[in-house]
Amino acid sequence: MTTLNVRRGPEYTRILGLGVARGENAVPNDDLIEPINSSDEWIQKMTGIVTRVRANEDTSVIDLSERAARDAIAQAGLEPSQIEAVILSTISYPHITPGGAPVLADRLGATPAAAFDISAACAGYCYGIGQGDALVRSGAAKYVLVIGAEKLSDFVDPADRSISYLLGDAAGAVVIGASDTPGIGPTVWGSEGAGADLIRQTSSWLDVRDVPGTAFPTLRQEGPSVFKWASFKMPKIALEAIEAAGVTPDDIDVFIPHQANIRIIDQMVKQIGLPKHVVVAKDIVDSGNTSAASIPLATERVLRDGVAKSGDLALQIGFGAGLVYAAQVVVLP
Amino acid sequence: MALAQNEVLEGLAEIVVEETGIDAADVQLDKSFTDDLDIDSLSMMTIVTLAEEKFDVRIPDEEVKNLVTVGDAVTYIVNAQA
Repeated sequence: MTTLNVRRGPEYTRILGLGVARGENAVPNDDLIEPINSSDEWIQKMTGIVTRVRANEDTSVIDLSERAARDAIAQAGLEPSQIEAVILSTISYPHITPGGAPVLADRLGATPAAAFDISAACAGYCYGIGQGDALVRSGAAKYVLVIGAEKLSDFVDPADRSISYLLGDAAGAVVIGASDTPGIGPTVWGSEGAGADLIRQTSSWLDVRDVPGTAFPTLRQEGPSVFKWASFKMPKIALEAIEAAGVTPDDIDVFIPHQANIRIIDQMVKQIGLPKHVVVAKDIVDSGNTSAASIPLATERVLRDGVAKSGDLALQIGFGAGLVYAAQVVVLP
Repeated sequence: MALAQNEVLEGLAEIVVEETGIDAADVQLDKSFTDDLDIDSLSMMTIVTLAEEKFDVRIPDEEVKNLVTVGDAVTYIVNAQA
């Protein structure tokens, strides 16, 4: 009987390089408070955000992705042509088809890499890391480029008090490849579609076409319900990721959660029971909530600030619209 | 075993004090969480979640807006235990 060849990859992977691109403008709270009848003080108290980064009108999701990806590939010591798969995680690329990843791969000179988008909102980066790790270990791709990129300012309503004022524009990219030692722990991931309405767009594209008077879709959330879910359920997922990696909270050097809201981050730290020595990433203060980009952005920030270093163990967890979530322990590049 | 109203009030006050740092004596049945105790929507969700764990009850998110006073919350918890 004829049998088929199968590929096998290396046993271990790690993040080889990291790059980020923040929107060109730091937008202070004062610029956004009038339409929501709020104040700088209220926004800081409820979210921790002082500024959020937003891109110029003519900067696209692909532009941000390209800048981040070029730095990640260079830090990995590779040429774009060596990338064999490109995973772009985004919810704000404004085309149903084609995906952004093939366009990005072409711009980078990474063709003919396999290239596809994933829609996992604020969990998208950790979803991408899980997939990139699996692709390399299976032998499907030698080097995988994972990008979390958003231009959320295209989908905000200035008068919305639920989520719009939190959101920013940015991209974060990493390259995953083989490693002599384990650099990416098992991904603990999942979904809770029963909570699909908790973070959503205001109307479907078909309603925009068919229902007169339907506004261009923007984002909304049920803030307190999302807060409860993220603050009290996600710590259990984080602890599962720690256990799956065969380490303990004491072994973690840095905690890099999705930068959704500083109140969620603080409550997660408490609920997970992270020891005092663990550095907690709080890039949200300056960058805002950049969805799929927030974890790589916060990773770059702790490294740049010198509060974490290459080789440190980081617990990262993404969670958001879906509802979806993913967590893993990684070795910082 | 279901707790009496005063026991629930005492337990709830411990949670409110832990979350907000306000004086336990201020947590009275007639106090409004928002207007009197200055508890915002996110702190309220934390209090509700910790109360669910402490009293082994379920308080759906859509019920939270009806818990205007401390007394509303105590009554809800007492009834949910029954």
